[in-house]
Amino acid sequence: MSTLTSQSAKESTAPRPRFGWLITDSISVSRRHLLKITRVPESLFFALIQPVMFVLLFAFVFGGAIDVGPGGAQAYREYLIPGILAQTVMFAVAGITVGITEDASKGIMDRFRSLPMRPGAVLTGHTLASLLQNILVIAILSITGLAVGWRIHNGFSDAALAYLMFASFAYAITWVGAWIGLHMPNSEVAGTAGLAWIFPFTFASNIFTPVATMPTWLQPFVLWNPVSCLALAARKLFGNPTPLLGDSFPERYPVQLSFAYCFLLLAIFAPLAVRAFKTRNK
Amino acid sequence: MTLAIKASGLAKAYGDVIALNGIDIEVEQGTVLGLLGPNGSGKTTTVRILATLLQADSGTASVGGFDVVTQPDEVRSVIGLTGQYAAVDEYLTGRENLELFGRLFHLSKFDAAKRATELLDRFDLSDAADRGIKGYSGGMRRRLDLAASLIGRPNVLFLDEPTTGLDPRSRQGMWAVIEDLIAEGTTVLLTTQYLEEADQLANRIVVLDHGNVIAKGTSNELKSQVGGDRIEIVVESAGDVAKAADLIQEFGSAPATTEEVVKTVLLPVAGGSTAIVNIVRKLDENKIAIADIALRRPTLDDVFLSLTGHATEVDEVAAPAKGRRGRKARS
Ligand SMILES: Nc1ncnc2c1ncn2[C@@H]1O[C@H](COP(=O)(O)OP(=O)(O)OP(=O)(O)O)[C@@H](O)[C@H]1O
Ligand SMILES: [Mg+2]
Repeated sequence: MSTLTSQSAKESTAPRPRFGWLITDSISVSRRHLLKITRVPESLFFALIQPVMFVLLFAFVFGGAIDVGPGGAQAYREYLIPGILAQTVMFAVAGITVGITEDASKGIMDRFRSLPMRPGAVLTGHTLASLLQNILVIAILSITGLAVGWRIHNGFSDAALAYLMFASFAYAITWVGAWIGLHMPNSEVAGTAGLAWIFPFTFASNIFTPVATMPTWLQPFVLWNPVSCLALAARKLFGNPTPLLGDSFPERYPVQLSFAYCFLLLAIFAPLAVRAFKTRNK
Repeated sequence: MTLAIKASGLAKAYGDVIALNGIDIEVEQGTVLGLLGPNGSGKTTTVRILATLLQADSGTASVGGFDVVTQPDEVRSVIGLTGQYAAVDEYLTGRENLELFGRLFHLSKFDAAKRATELLDRFDLSDAADRGIKGYSGGMRRRLDLAASLIGRPNVLFLDEPTTGLDPRSRQGMWAVIEDLIAEGTTVLLTTQYLEEADQLANRIVVLDHGNVIAKGTSNELKSQVGGDRIEIVVESAGDVAKAADLIQEFGSAPATTEEVVKTVLLPVAGGSTAIVNIVRKLDENKIAIADIALRRPTLDDVFLSLTGHATEVDEVAAPAKGRRGRKARS
């Protein structure tokens, strides 16, 4: 081995637009995270077990006490599943917060930073891998839903739109988690902080109970809460029960509003996270 | 004569702690600079600034002709960095790590795989290539880390304490690898706490203390400032001390000093091991019994003692565990 350093590095580094490299680099990084999931399959297992437990608990234990209109327990199960899907997408964010904090405090970040890769790819790769994991969880959860009696009543295109909406929201919201993760001193703090802000959004929502059952002063928050919008939009698209409070804007245009939220989250938090990443430890 | 690394007036503070207090560094293309200093002297900070990981508060630096602040991408495409702590993904295998970094260096899939195999081979990691890093020993991790920093065939290589924490055999192995790289013409900036290591690998040495450059020069220049090698002879009877000192003076590079209480003669010498042979012979001819004889090379402590008047102890209070480890390995 004689000429390990004699050739210039540049001959293999063909010129390519920055955006092109962002995509290839992101794929490389996300591959790293997917490999990691296969090495620690427990992480995926527990990511699945929690929402499945919620489905079973609410469908069979608490569900009977919650009234979502005619149809009784069966109607509640149909009401429940889109809500659980929205909740799952939210809780997955805590995972990426911890992952990012952990990564950022490790030596490998120095390696990434010293390579001529696009710096943003460290985050886009991570969020993409998290999206793929999310899609898998959503699929398994949907099957669980079908098993307990949830049904899709509207056509294929509405259902596809609903899933596209979940995937978009899942991707957009992970950037919030990434941004938070980049400000956390260590993974213990990231574990608590990453979860803390999620609770009000998931529980002050229409995921488990209709808005009408909430205190009046809280209802505006619940109505505009992106998680409620997402669940309501999905219920509409799937043709599941949608007990409405009135005809406020979020109840009339939940699908449009959900996509708008996706766009807003991405437009605000992706640049913030990339900036935080670039300046962390500088 | 081109400069591969040029830094002037680099300063960096962390709150109240001044990590770097305006230092200048120049490394010629194809040479090796040893950055020597005790814990907390600013070695890592310097490396991180030059490798674009950290922004200096003031001062300028260029690596490979590119400015570290305004042309970070260009700098990154010509450097390799082996940090103080292994920068690899512990969930992946050695091969997966190298392939990942190859891809991120924008090698094609094929080239990245080929390069990974090549480097694993070179660093004796082929057998462990497809095992997770978790099961690697410290030495193996270090080697993988060095391999990772060579992915892009860097012209300039930063090595931050490459052998700290390695056993003597692994250290020798690491030195051999680094020497190969140097022979191939790579410019290297190496930080170390061991004078011996800088001596072995570096053309020039810069000594840092509390963020200041307190000395620079070749290892010989530094050693002559410190006093060079000394031979320490302990004789059997105290009465022989003065006589022994007289007899062996001809082999010394400076006057011998004696300490009768401990029956010891200290003789500064130029050619260490030949001098030992001559001294033993001479004393034997004159029937002076030797209890112990040893060649003492100047240590980092000696350098510090002579340059600053204080030993490295100060910093070991702040970082006791690490300081002790460094000390043991040195003796
Ligand atoms: N992130 C940080 N925050 C606060 N202080 C820091 C930070 N990094 C380094 N320092 C301080 O800056 C000074 C120089 O640190 P640096 O890591 O450059 O030293 P070093 O020579 O590499 O030491 P060592 O031999 O222990 O690796 C030290 O006093 C250290 O405490
Ligand atoms: Mg250091």
